[in-house]
Amino acid sequence: MTRERLFNALLLAGLVLVPLAAQAADEPFTITLATRAVILALAAVGLNIALGLGGLVSLGHAAFFGIGGYAMGILASHAQSYAPLAEWPILIEGTKSMPVIWLVAILASGLAALVIGALSLRTSGVYFIMITLAFGQMFFFFTISWAAYGGEDGLSIYVRNGFPGLNTLAPLPFYGLCLVLLCAALWLFDRLAKSPFGLALGAARQVPARVAAVGLDPTRLRLVAFVISGAITGLAGALFADLNRFVSPAMLSWQMSGEIMVLVILGGVGRLFGPVAGAVVYVTLEHLLGGITEFWHIFLGLILLGIVLFARGGIVGLVAGRGGGHD
Amino acid sequence: MSPILIIEQVLNGLQFGVMLFLMAAGLTLIFGVMGLINLAHGSLYMVGAFAAAGVAAATGSFLMALVAAMAAAALAGALVELAVIRRLYDKDHLDQVLATFALILIFSEGTRWLFGSFPLFLDIPDALAGPVTLPGGIQYPLYRLVLIGAGLAVAALLGLLIGRTRLGIRIRAGENDREMIAALGVDISKLYTLVFALGAALAGLAGALVGAIQSVQVGMGEPVLILAFVVIVIGGIGSIRGALVGALLVGLTDTLGGIFLPELFKLVMAPAAATSAGASLASMSIYILMGAVLIWRPTGLFGARA
Amino acid sequence: MTIRNLLASAALAVLAMPAAADVKVGMITTLSGGGAGLGIDTRDGFMLAIDQAGRDDVEVVIEDDQRKPDVAVQLADRMIQSDKVDVLTGIVWSNLAMAVVPSATAQGKVYLSTNAAPAQLAGRGCNPSYFAVSYQNDNLHEGAGAYATNEGFENTFIMAPNYPAGKDSLNGFKRFYEGELAGEIYTQLGQTDYAAEIAQIRASGADSVFFFLPGGMGISFLKQYADSGVDLPLVGPAFSFDQGILQAVGEAAMGVKNTSTWSKDLDNEANAAFVEAFEAEYDRLPSIYAAQGYDTANLLLSAMDAADISDAEAFRAALKAADFASVRGDFEFAANNHPVQDVYVREVIKEGDIFTNKIVGTAIEDRSNAYVDDCSM
Repeated sequence: MTRERLFNALLLAGLVLVPLAAQAADEPFTITLATRAVILALAAVGLNIALGLGGLVSLGHAAFFGIGGYAMGILASHAQSYAPLAEWPILIEGTKSMPVIWLVAILASGLAALVIGALSLRTSGVYFIMITLAFGQMFFFFTISWAAYGGEDGLSIYVRNGFPGLNTLAPLPFYGLCLVLLCAALWLFDRLAKSPFGLALGAARQVPARVAAVGLDPTRLRLVAFVISGAITGLAGALFADLNRFVSPAMLSWQMSGEIMVLVILGGVGRLFGPVAGAVVYVTLEHLLGGITEFWHIFLGLILLGIVLFARGGIVGLVAGRGGGHD
Repeated sequence: MSPILIIEQVLNGLQFGVMLFLMAAGLTLIFGVMGLINLAHGSLYMVGAFAAAGVAAATGSFLMALVAAMAAAALAGALVELAVIRRLYDKDHLDQVLATFALILIFSEGTRWLFGSFPLFLDIPDALAGPVTLPGGIQYPLYRLVLIGAGLAVAALLGLLIGRTRLGIRIRAGENDREMIAALGVDISKLYTLVFALGAALAGLAGALVGAIQSVQVGMGEPVLILAFVVIVIGGIGSIRGALVGALLVGLTDTLGGIFLPELFKLVMAPAAATSAGASLASMSIYILMGAVLIWRPTGLFGARA
Repeated sequence: MTIRNLLASAALAVLAMPAAADVKVGMITTLSGGGAGLGIDTRDGFMLAIDQAGRDDVEVVIEDDQRKPDVAVQLADRMIQSDKVDVLTGIVWSNLAMAVVPSATAQGKVYLSTNAAPAQLAGRGCNPSYFAVSYQNDNLHEGAGAYATNEGFENTFIMAPNYPAGKDSLNGFKRFYEGELAGEIYTQLGQTDYAAEIAQIRASGADSVFFFLPGGMGISFLKQYADSGVDLPLVGPAFSFDQGILQAVGEAAMGVKNTSTWSKDLDNEANAAFVEAFEAEYDRLPSIYAAQGYDTANLLLSAMDAADISDAEAFRAALKAADFASVRGDFEFAANNHPVQDVYVREVIKEGDIFTNKIVGTAIEDRSNAYVDDCSM
């Protein structure tokens, strides 16, 4: 475990130092890339709670990612046009304040996860994968035809939302915010994994019958994990929309669900820093390979295949050896 | 709305369902026998369509194109099975999803690298072109009738193959207990390659048949793939009969939903808003159907009870 | 790291006088995945004009957006922040343009659209740094409406996919169409089977059909329509009859009327030279996307001759003057920086083995756009 700890510490140090160095070298785009990696990592930490701790293979997490994105898009677009969101029964105004947007994103995606989870958890195994995919597609098609908020064109927000006391327009402060939220989510993941709840959840993953025998309801445990998972991914969606100053149905496509899952598996399922390592490597690959060839997806595919076939436990597993997360 | 129009739409729904069945049959067979989720099944559909377009352009024969489509897809399927898929059988679904997702990337961009970025041409043969008049004065494209016939014929052949032949016995045995049939001296890895190639050939056939009335282009397999998954989940994974029923249900829901929902909404809304809202709901209808079926029967209509 | 096209000729650079500042162009377009054909044509048309000019004071950075809005935004950020480009261009799709253009122009960069020109950017969201060199999105649909009226169609069935561009399309058509509607339907985005819609058309008693189904959707519809036995006249915008797609549609497209602001047989000197050079360079016929890319590059070059990029005000004025030989003939910008140009009617014909278009008439002359009054700049 010490090797994994060392690796985690180095990764975190890199996430702090590289953007600072980029700032010093006047390479703001490196910070933008790092922000992208950190936000995707946050989305993947969310999925890792369902996938790594709960063993729930959700191929519909893009729905939560997108709901978070639309929470930001809808609130900010109303603030931008000074048109209230609703006048009856109570007046609801749009907002450009990040903390409010984050809260709404977490609540909205958590609520969606509660409904989707309650229905989907009646199934298991492959059926669960497929029904979460189907719910994701439902949301995707809904946003495409949702004319009030841009449909397939999406929503553009001209100026990034604000955070009290920070200039979020500059790349570095915004990056700092995202990194703090990622660390908070990692802390939560760690606490969850070690808590009685996490242990019961892990037991429910491995031997559901035994958990039920001691009087715990495995479905209920999974549902709680699924809701927390969806809420964190939703928060990441709000940040992602803010990074791009744009939200569109593309955030809800099933390829996006696949990508978030790829991040988790690439890094190492169930490992604390797995999603972070996965996101950093993925964004770096996308950037480097994309510059070399138009056909970079072929190489990405080959690398993913290699990971699945020859490196179980993902990058963290490769570096830190077995143990820790589950395979 | 006239009865003729309704009959015509039902035929359209049937035809769509039958084509979905060709895709879904391979998927469900592969899942039933090997326990594998194959996201790359849509890529084999695309391989079939591209092979058909290539051979049709070179030889001018549609029949040759169909044969080539099945052969190319089966070959691609067998190669992929030998190189990658067989390493996935003893892994969990998560690894299978990721590995076959990677295969989609490789297939799609590889095809684009070979054939370029523009759609290819593939047309229906002259002998099957144009409409025929059905009893009751319904004008219906002959080719689509042929598609319905071909799909049902394949379904029947598949039923015979699985129910009546030695290979079918092995496939069914493999679904029930793979250790046992290996112990009985059946070369299980050869059987798996064969089943995978068979599923791939069905997908390739569907790609070629549908490619003739649609657009042969990179990425054409993915929308169909998702629909095929919906089909096998509704029908119950692993069940060929379930795949047939699920495919027809999805085909009819999708086609008829697109027609009737806007009409229904027009009863209570302004026409323009109704058309748009109806179309939105129609695009979600099959997913709603799937959700409803799974909540009612968590393992699908014909799935093994958990 | 990037596909850099440093079009510098070293010898010339040494001889040249210290000239106006170099202009750096960032092109974001779709080079991989399903819609890559359009982006490749845009790029090739644009680079043809740059190559022909043989200048050493313009550098083009080209990147692939994979048709994903978030990737496009990321590329735009990088080009602005790291590559320090002055001008952005190349986006094919409206939803990607909506993601990139507002923030790029807010940062003071010039954006020249080679294709997408959504209504939001033409009306209240117009910007002095944003120029649509292509058209306003509604133009071709308006042309189709005008054509339907001129032909005396009285009961047209209209259809488009259920997304914003589809709704704009039907509204654009209705703006210039004076007859009745036999039916109005929205299909699913990405739909591949149109049997149900064709049955509705057959049952509707229409005398003609207008459809907007870009890319693969149009290929599928045309093939299925030709096979259905319904033989009402079709009209649509050029997107489904583009040089890149026509070969995949084949006979099914023969004789269909479509509206376009450009055609390869458009009779002017610039166009003849462009078509010949494009064929010689790339060994295929150009499409409307290539033509628009070519015009965009020439517009940029003409502005560089008239003003220095460092003087933003003067450079924008030079762009607005549109002092270049467009392959579309007469060309000028309306007040909201969208073109005023003729919309033509074309017919699909066969030249040897190749399917292509020929102009058969003009639908609307000197068409500006419906949003010009909403734009206050």
